[in-house]
Amino acid sequence: MPVNDAQTPTSPALDAERLKGLYRTMFLIRRFEERVNELYMEGRIPSTLHLYIGQEAVATGVCAALNQDDYAFSTHRPHGHALAKGVAPRAIMAELFAKATGCCKAKGGSMHVGDVSVGMFPAIAIVGANVPIAAGAALAFKMQKSQRVAVSFSGDGAANEGAWHEGLNVASIWSLPVVFVCENNLYAASTPYSLTFRVENVADRAPAYGIPGVVVDGNDVLAVYEVAKAAVARARKGGGPTLIECKTYRQCGHSRSDPRTYRSREEEAAWRERDPIPNFRKWLLAQGICDPKGIEEIEKGVEQAITEAIAFAESSPDPQPADLYANVFKE
Amino acid sequence: MPQMSIAEALRQAIREEMRRDERVFCIGEDIGVKGGFGGAFTVTQGLSEEFGHERILDTPISETAIAGVAIGAAMAGMRPIADVQYGDFLFCMMDQLANQAAKMRYMSGGQVSVPLVMRAPVGATSRGAQHAQSLEAFFTHIPGLKVVAPATAYDAKGLLKSAVRDENPVLVFEHKLLYGSKGARAERGALSPVGEVPEEEYLVPIGKGIVRREGKDVTIVAKLLMLYRALAAAEKLAEAGIEAEVIDPRTLVPLDKELILASVRKTGRLVIVEEDNLTGGWAAEIAAIAADEAFDYLDAPIKRVSAPDVPPPFAPVLEREYVPDEGEIIEAVRALF
Repeated sequence: MPVNDAQTPTSPALDAERLKGLYRTMFLIRRFEERVNELYMEGRIPSTLHLYIGQEAVATGVCAALNQDDYAFSTHRPHGHALAKGVAPRAIMAELFAKATGCCKAKGGSMHVGDVSVGMFPAIAIVGANVPIAAGAALAFKMQKSQRVAVSFSGDGAANEGAWHEGLNVASIWSLPVVFVCENNLYAASTPYSLTFRVENVADRAPAYGIPGVVVDGNDVLAVYEVAKAAVARARKGGGPTLIECKTYRQCGHSRSDPRTYRSREEEAAWRERDPIPNFRKWLLAQGICDPKGIEEIEKGVEQAITEAIAFAESSPDPQPADLYANVFKE
Repeated sequence: MPQMSIAEALRQAIREEMRRDERVFCIGEDIGVKGGFGGAFTVTQGLSEEFGHERILDTPISETAIAGVAIGAAMAGMRPIADVQYGDFLFCMMDQLANQAAKMRYMSGGQVSVPLVMRAPVGATSRGAQHAQSLEAFFTHIPGLKVVAPATAYDAKGLLKSAVRDENPVLVFEHKLLYGSKGARAERGALSPVGEVPEEEYLVPIGKGIVRREGKDVTIVAKLLMLYRALAAAEKLAEAGIEAEVIDPRTLVPLDKELILASVRKTGRLVIVEEDNLTGGWAAEIAAIAADEAFDYLDAPIKRVSAPDVPPPFAPVLEREYVPDEGEIIEAVRALF
């Protein structure tokens, strides 16, 4: 099967409210993480952070194509997926603050956020490991004769894990309702794509499993949405899995301690020109879908939601020592 | 009461659970292929004829996928019974078992559960070092996994049924020399214990051990094949006037600690027998528990009878040297008097 290069649609099948919603989600992810980063630098939240800044169009576009009861499986870089899938910002923030009110009761932290009630599985921080697990959820959906779909998000690095290959293969042979979204941000931690792949695109590997592979501009939220919508529809109809490769860029370092000395400032500047958020804002204004006042209202609402989330997290209680022993087994 | 082998008892447990609950399905290599093996030791033989290939799901040789798919399906509402052909292959799927299945409930703050059964044959049977290990101890060390090790047909059926109904991941270790598999899959040197299995429905609770032989002089704790060697040793010891109490823990996690401690308090002597390597092993853990909690009752040092710290060998003559036997158990017990 050939690799397709999806083009940005000229007449998207989304109404003005949903288009504004996409902007709101991307802006929420961006500002949420910028605020979280500040809090981390101030020492107000523990652990490490893997920021999603620059990749917001992927989570936003893919999750816009999902129903709430579809399952998303994420990675060590999950804040964007969780917000896009509809996890409450306050529940994620409280988790990052290691508070008992966090979405995982402070047992997960940054790398494991999730809320099953909105279809966001607690994220899986071992690279590639969510791929066969997402296939398993899809197998359950198929056996249950439900119309639900599973989505596995992973990075380019994951495509060199054995679990990735085994997961794609079984999803293909059993025609499972799952979509594999590879966010190719060009670096596996510090190691560039070119050192670890002999194929130009990760999606070039899809034909080896007998499934469609699609390459899309991961910084174009509408393009991502369109290919995700098609892949999800295919999966729901029993057509089996699709591998979508979203070409994107992690604007920050891999984690908090990363000075990004393995890539040039010029490369970073070039990708900042392709920042998905200001570009989509420009598009919304140019199309007359939203006026500057409308944008301002969206952004103000997001800032308020984040401020509220931080206040909620800060005022929440710590876990109790006895909580250490809870939830090892289900009784 | 019907008599059956462990392989037959396991098969009956799977059949009953699949009839009872449509969420239950089997996933593994060579388990349902027409004209195939019915799993490495015939346990799933014939099941695809009743339940079809969608519920007796043959996989590629992809252990990580077997575990990952089973975990994902379990978290999404199914009740998978997965298996590996040889316990050694659990290492291929170790991330999925140790990092995913075991921790998912904890990391999610109790949001999800993983009602997964993973069956694995263990024990040395002249196949060399990669198809022979007894791996139970590895998994007892990982919080979040339950571990059972049935040694009789009655327990195999009752424990597997309990495992299917458990809300947590349960590893079921089965010994290759105890299956009683027939035909081409029969094992040379197998004990093939055939046991009574009631026709009516029953469960063996996870977490309960059993006293297989009562005695007042020494406690021997042994599981799987080693249980039979311990019982044989106990008969010989009785001829010499030493009455050994033999305990089969049946479940390793959660351990029926009180059963073992009560026996040790009675006998004052403890020998633990296992087919696994000595260092960092399960026997060491049982010894530590007894030293911690029954020290004042002990009249002699605690003894471990384990395989030495070498990989399982191929040559039958070396394998006999490797796997603890009746003589070694007798020797260990006599040294305590």
